[in-house]
Formats: sequence, C-alpha cells, structure tokens
Amino acid sequence: MEKRTDKNGYTIIFAVAMVVVVGSLLAFTASSLKPAITENERIEMQQNILYAFGVNGNEGDGDITFVSKEKVAEAFTTKVSEQLVLESKGGKIVKTMTRQEYLDSSDKAKEPYLIDVKKQQANAKAGESRLLPLFVGTSKTGETLYVAPIRGKGLWDAIWGYVALDSDMIVRGAFFDHAGETPGLGANIKQRYFMDDFEGEHLLTETGAFKGINVAKGNADPKNMDKTDYEVDALAGATITGDGVSAMIKADLKLYLPYFQNLKPSN
Amino acid sequence: MGLLSKKDGKLITDPLADNNPITIQVLGICSALAITAELKASLVMAIAVLFVLGVGNVVISLMRNIIPSKIRIIVQLIVVATLVIIVDQVLKAFAYELSKTLSVFIGLIITNCIIMGRFEAFALGNGPWKAFLDGIGNALGYGVILIIVGFFRELLGSGTLFGIPVLGDAIEKTGVYKYGYENNGFMLMPPMALIIVGLLIWVQRSKNKDLIED
Repeated sequence: MEKRTDKNGYTIIFAVAMVVVVGSLLAFTASSLKPAITENERIEMQQNILYAFGVNGNEGDGDITFVSKEKVAEAFTTKVSEQLVLESKGGKIVKTMTRQEYLDSSDKAKEPYLIDVKKQQANAKAGESRLLPLFVGTSKTGETLYVAPIRGKGLWDAIWGYVALDSDMIVRGAFFDHAGETPGLGANIKQRYFMDDFEGEHLLTETGAFKGINVAKGNADPKNMDKTDYEVDALAGATITGDGVSAMIKADLKLYLPYFQNLKPSN
Repeated sequence: MGLLSKKDGKLITDPLADNNPITIQVLGICSALAITAELKASLVMAIAVLFVLGVGNVVISLMRNIIPSKIRIIVQLIVVATLVIIVDQVLKAFAYELSKTLSVFIGLIITNCIIMGRFEAFALGNGPWKAFLDGIGNALGYGVILIIVGFFRELLGSGTLFGIPVLGDAIEKTGVYKYGYENNGFMLMPPMALIIVGLLIWVQRSKNKDLIED
C-alpha cells in the first residue's frame, strides 16, 4: 500500500507549509536583527576610515586592530575634521559641498560616510553625476590627510577599501576588505603585510599625471623600498583579486585628481 | 567510551578513520580544496560544519516520518540553508567580528555534499540521538582531513602556521631560507590539496588493506 507521505496531496501541503514556516522564520529573524546589523555596519565604516587615517591599535606587526566599538564615535568626531562631498561629472568636479551643505541639499541625505559607493558608481555609469565622499583629518605626525573610499570587483565578489592620501596624492595609509575572496589567497588583501606595502607609494607621475598603483606579479622590489615604481608586490595565488585592487585604485582615485590639483596654487 | 554504548561510539569513531567522508566516501572535496591554504581557515570551516551537521542531522531525524519522499532532497536543502542563514544573521547582529571571518564559509557550508550525504544516508533512517552522533563523527572526520591538508599547505606554501612564521623569514633570508630553501607557491593552489588528499588516501589504504576495492 502507498504510504501516507507518498501521496501527491500530502506532498503539496507539506511543501506549502514548509515554505510558510521557513519563510516567516527567516523574515522574522531578518527584520528583528536588522537594526543591530545596520548599526554594526555603520560602526565598521567608521573604524575602517579611522584605520586608513592611521588611528588604530596597531603597534608593531600584528593583526589589524581597530579603534574599539565604544570609542569609535568619539574618535571619529575628533580625528575627522571635515567630511566633504564632491560632485563629479565627466571626470570633472562640478561642486564641492561641506558636510552641512550636503545634509541640507536633500531630505534623504545621510552622513557623508554612509554614502553608498556602489550606488554612486551605478549613477556615474548611467551618465548621472557621482558623489565622492572625502574625509579630511590629520595624521599622527600632524599632516593633513584625505581619505577616499574605493570599490571594485575581486574574483568572487565585491572588494572595497579606504585610501589615505596627502596633498600630493601619496598614499599614507590603506585599508582593504572583501565580501567573499578565497581564504588564504585573495582574502589576504585584508592582511597588514599587503595593505602596509601601499604606504608611501605615489599615484602621480612627476608631471602630475595620474598613474595609479599596480599590484604586480614578479615584482623586482619585494621589500617595497622603491616608492615611485607604481607597484606593490602581489599575493601568490590571488592574481584576479590583485588586479581588482589595481583597477579600483585607478578608476576611483582618479576622480579625485581635480580636487587635489585645486589644492595647489596654479603655476 | 563510558557514556556511549559500543554501537553509538562507533558512529563517532568510524568516520574518523575507516569510513572517513573525504578519503573513503570522497565527499566534501570542493571545500577541502578551496579553503585549506591556511590552517586557521581549515579550523574555522571544521567548526562551522561540526555545528551545522550536528544540528541539521537532528532536525532531519525529527522530521523523518513526515517528510514526503518525493521532495526529500529539497526539504533537506531548505533545512540546511535556513539553519545557516539564521546562524549568519545572529552572528552579524551579536558577533560581527566573527561573522566577518566566517562570511565566505557560509555559502560553502550549504553546498557541502557531506551534509546532504549524511541527511540522506543516515538522518532519514535513524533517531535524533544517533543522528546527532553520526553528524558529529562525520564532521570530525571531515575536520581532521581539512586540518592535516591545511597544515601541510600553509607550512610548505607560506612557511607559516596559523599565520606565524615557523621556518624563518623568506625575504630577510633567515632560518631555513638561509640554506637556499624556498616556499613552494604551488602549494597554495587548489590542485595541491587534491594531491595531499590523494597521498592521505594512499597512506590510509596501504595501512588497512581491507579498504582497497577490487
């Protein structure tokens, strides 16, 4: 005799019940945890920006240590003196807003550090203007630094980062992160031995043209002594992730070039 | 095994050796290749699978008499996916740092064929306690292989263990590097994991001739 659980009617009812139960369980979990998750992500962005400024717990060679969750809000307000929003169109910067001007510009405007880089990249692709956040603060040595967010594609998923530049567009700090690169290979872009190599690297040629930095295989300079070779040593087994890092540095930081050119008295 | 009867104990010990999910059943190979370039990643994956397989096996076992046989595979898939997503969300809300470390493993857990394999082969036909032991045993058997492979790949590929240099500094030429030793970058590539798993299978079968099929 056919078992009760083999009948078509039972199968359909079971499937429907399962979908309802699982669906509501997941929806309930997602909506009840969403505020906590969004808050964690917000704190993380502040921690990452501060990390690029050199505000962190890293003394010597160790893992990445961020400013603690409790102290991050205070550190962010004291270290980041201004959050600028640049409006970029066709490679030119058409408008420079301070944080307050940006917040007043639209009802939907949130804090500049919450600007979604992915969405802005999509806007630029659709021919609209792109908002470029830029965070101004001072380094440990008292130098003015500018931190810009960048975003691109790795091997499997998105990669992103924050790069601290001085007024000559020389890298003073870098932080990279990823959504799903291979552990032990591409995921190591988040390791200090990779990120620290970017410090001191030049983005501009001697004539002031934008060149970017290549994550290069077979780098003849593994100790990274030459800071004007526009290269850092790549990670073994992570060619595509490395190329993604080179590409996002070139594409996104180039847009800030007009702003840095304006900082200098014209000659 | 004071707590467990002899039969229950075998559910844990068998998958560790003579019925190992990776070296004998050849399941879960994909994740064994993908994430074993580092010992730390191997360990994290082993713990994650231990949790999902232990709990998942119990859930499937409790539902075994009401699951329609025609759609049982998809029901198993939904159970494991739901468990993994809930764990992921809870971690993101309450242990954000940990969830960042685990991010990529989440997807890999759902697709791990050991999990589906144990649901189908064991949990559907046995009670919850037995299913729990079977899940733990198989996850341990999987984890042991992952950690062995991760150990050799990280040691020979990067000269480190858990990220700590153990063979000296490759750039400064200290330790064994002074005598001309070089890291084998090839060890970091997935094919080398397959070769190490192959060597493990060889060692295991030459020690226990019963495992050799004609």
